[in-house]
Amino acid sequence: MKMLLSGNEAVARGAWEGGVIVSAAYPGTPSTEILENLAKYEEVRAEWSPNEKVAFEVALGAAIGGARATVSMKHVGLNVAADPLMSSAYSGINAGFLIISADDPGMHSSQNEQDNRILAKFAKIPVLEPSDSQEAHDFAKIGFWISEEFDTPILLRLTTRISHTKCIVEVGEREEKGVKPYNKDIYKYILVPAHARKRHIVVEERLERLREFAEKTELNRIEWGNRDIGIVTSGIAYQYAKEIMPEASFLKLGFSWPTPIDLIKKFSSQVKKLYVVEELEPFIEDALRAAGLEVTGKEVVPRINELTPRRVRVALTGKELPHPEPEEVVSRPPVLCPGCPHMGIYWALRRLRATVMGDIGCYTLGFQEPLSAMDTCLEMGFSVSGAHGLEKAQGRKFAKKLVATIGDSTFLHSGVTGLMDVVYNKGTSTVIILDNRTTAMTGHQDHPATGKTAKGEPTKEIDFKKLAHAIGVEKVFEIDPHDLKMTRKVLKEAMELDEPTVVIAKRPCVLLKEEWKKLQARPKKKIIPEKCKGETCRNCFTIGCSAIYWKDGKAWINPLLCVGCDLCQQLCPFGAIVEDVKDEN
Amino acid sequence: MKTKNIIISGVGGQGIILASELLSLAAMRAGFDVKKSEVHGMSQRGGSVVSNVRFGEKVYSPLIEEGTADVILSFEKLETLRWIHFLNPSSGVCIVNDLEIIPVQVSPGKGEYPGDIMERLEKKASKVYLIDGVKYALQAGNPRTANTVLLGALSNFLPIEPEIWEETIKNRVPPNTIEANLKAFWLGRDLFKD
Repeated sequence: MKMLLSGNEAVARGAWEGGVIVSAAYPGTPSTEILENLAKYEEVRAEWSPNEKVAFEVALGAAIGGARATVSMKHVGLNVAADPLMSSAYSGINAGFLIISADDPGMHSSQNEQDNRILAKFAKIPVLEPSDSQEAHDFAKIGFWISEEFDTPILLRLTTRISHTKCIVEVGEREEKGVKPYNKDIYKYILVPAHARKRHIVVEERLERLREFAEKTELNRIEWGNRDIGIVTSGIAYQYAKEIMPEASFLKLGFSWPTPIDLIKKFSSQVKKLYVVEELEPFIEDALRAAGLEVTGKEVVPRINELTPRRVRVALTGKELPHPEPEEVVSRPPVLCPGCPHMGIYWALRRLRATVMGDIGCYTLGFQEPLSAMDTCLEMGFSVSGAHGLEKAQGRKFAKKLVATIGDSTFLHSGVTGLMDVVYNKGTSTVIILDNRTTAMTGHQDHPATGKTAKGEPTKEIDFKKLAHAIGVEKVFEIDPHDLKMTRKVLKEAMELDEPTVVIAKRPCVLLKEEWKKLQARPKKKIIPEKCKGETCRNCFTIGCSAIYWKDGKAWINPLLCVGCDLCQQLCPFGAIVEDVKDEN
Repeated sequence: MKTKNIIISGVGGQGIILASELLSLAAMRAGFDVKKSEVHGMSQRGGSVVSNVRFGEKVYSPLIEEGTADVILSFEKLETLRWIHFLNPSSGVCIVNDLEIIPVQVSPGKGEYPGDIMERLEKKASKVYLIDGVKYALQAGNPRTANTVLLGALSNFLPIEPEIWEETIKNRVPPNTIEANLKAFWLGRDLFKD
């Protein structure tokens, strides 16, 4: 059967066909849909974990426990899971264990463009690099087999353009693998130094066997063409190179680590000029150079930003196709949705002139004008622990204007440990939990405080207030961020207290289905042009709502975008903003 | 057949992903190899969104190269201009929804929404068609079928039979909107009758 599938959907399908039983993940673009799709299969015990380290350990535990397992995450998630990653290479597995990392060249929604093939090499585990959805599907299945054959975790490395490109995939049926018996084996699974020293030898021997496998597997294939130019390539870069130079000879690496050096030498000896075309780091290229091969790579193929057909054409031919000059047009970046609960918080923090440690989520957009209320956003959890460090550097007086803002899902991911530290080490930080009842930015995934599992079943729900109290925070405030006056008052009070405080700003994301339905039933707002003072006021613009626009010297509300909340209404000193009630007649 | 390259652009929330899905499914049903690529994530509502659809005998790159798009189908005027450098300079056409959504970046003292978009497009495209999608969508009985009107217009430039489009629409859109969507498709397609 043929289906039109994204790389993520294809991986989920392939893993399912390959008999996966346990899957865990933490959402992160561009990887999220892998677990979402796995959760649709009845046979798969699919779970959202609080973070990638937990997800990795759940899947590893399942694999040691005899069930084929996957863990999926975005590239930076593997940093969070680096500890179990390194150890799992030593312990090995029992049933097949697939680590799926979706890298983000071009940083479409990420803070860096790290190349996780390097992390796999560092951990001493093999790497599969599919170049389209069909391969994503096939490699997931083969990955389980390799994992079991060599008793190793294996990295299936996707990139944004693999994950989010839909292609036609020939799919198959599920092969039930069942659960293998669990065998206690302390020499394998207790990595005390005496055992680990022996396991390291196993790891090195295994790498050698994997290299021999890489030399002969069909995952690495030569496509002979014109022998003037030979291109060694992998992943999406293969597609671009093939598009630009279909007549050249290709060595396509689907299994890129350990690198099949003998195969590459054979290929290289039969072409006049050898190129390596790969995205991000010179991963394959470095292996070639170390083997003494003469090769053209990163001196022409850009290392920074994702590749495109044009960039590969310029690299290989030095020329571009004729095309119209790009036009200069005003940008249209993503914005907080009209009615977004985050707007009220950042509006208030701006007015309080606070130093704001931000975090990863939709609310990062609070740094943009006109809210402009954020100082830092580096990685998951930095807001809380970073604020504590900043207080230690700048002192308590500075801390009176210092807050951490962190979403509900991000707080559970890695903010809660930071909060323990604040209390334990006598900090006075104010931590604002932006509780919109979901993991919003990645498209609404549940987490331990939503009361629902990845399978949609009801479950226990973490109570942030009780949690903060249990950690030792005595002053916990709860606010509705749509009440601007109260929000500003409570934040001011919390920041000035000489003790750690937590403010829970609770209001559901406007795009959550039930909330959206509720909002649609509400009348929209409109601005009475005669009452709007335009240029001399502009108060309603300070909230940063994308439903409000500027035309002919006055503010207007786009009725198609307005959700009928009253944030702008609270800000208009002239009563110009009113409900847009339809005339019944 | 040379691979067909279609760019579909607009503003987050306008239904770009569904429109490109319909096009890809129709091309697949017609027996072509298809790839479609777009970036999601971040809160794309209100942000600029673009989808690349390529179909032909065998498609390698999912991304369209600058200067090779056969059609830019845009649901918003400014979002046509943003991708104009991807258009084939000798034969590319633009199909533009007659709709302006003013970005938040346009506000007192900052960026402006250009008033001369059509003139600028006409200088660079071999042909530009401006279509009032909502007007025909209302005729079809559902204002939310504007995208289907534009797909109907686009279908005149592609080697996919109308019957295949009809089957694709019937299979993919919500059942209670099939009739309106089919009507919308034909309203768009018939705009090029003469």
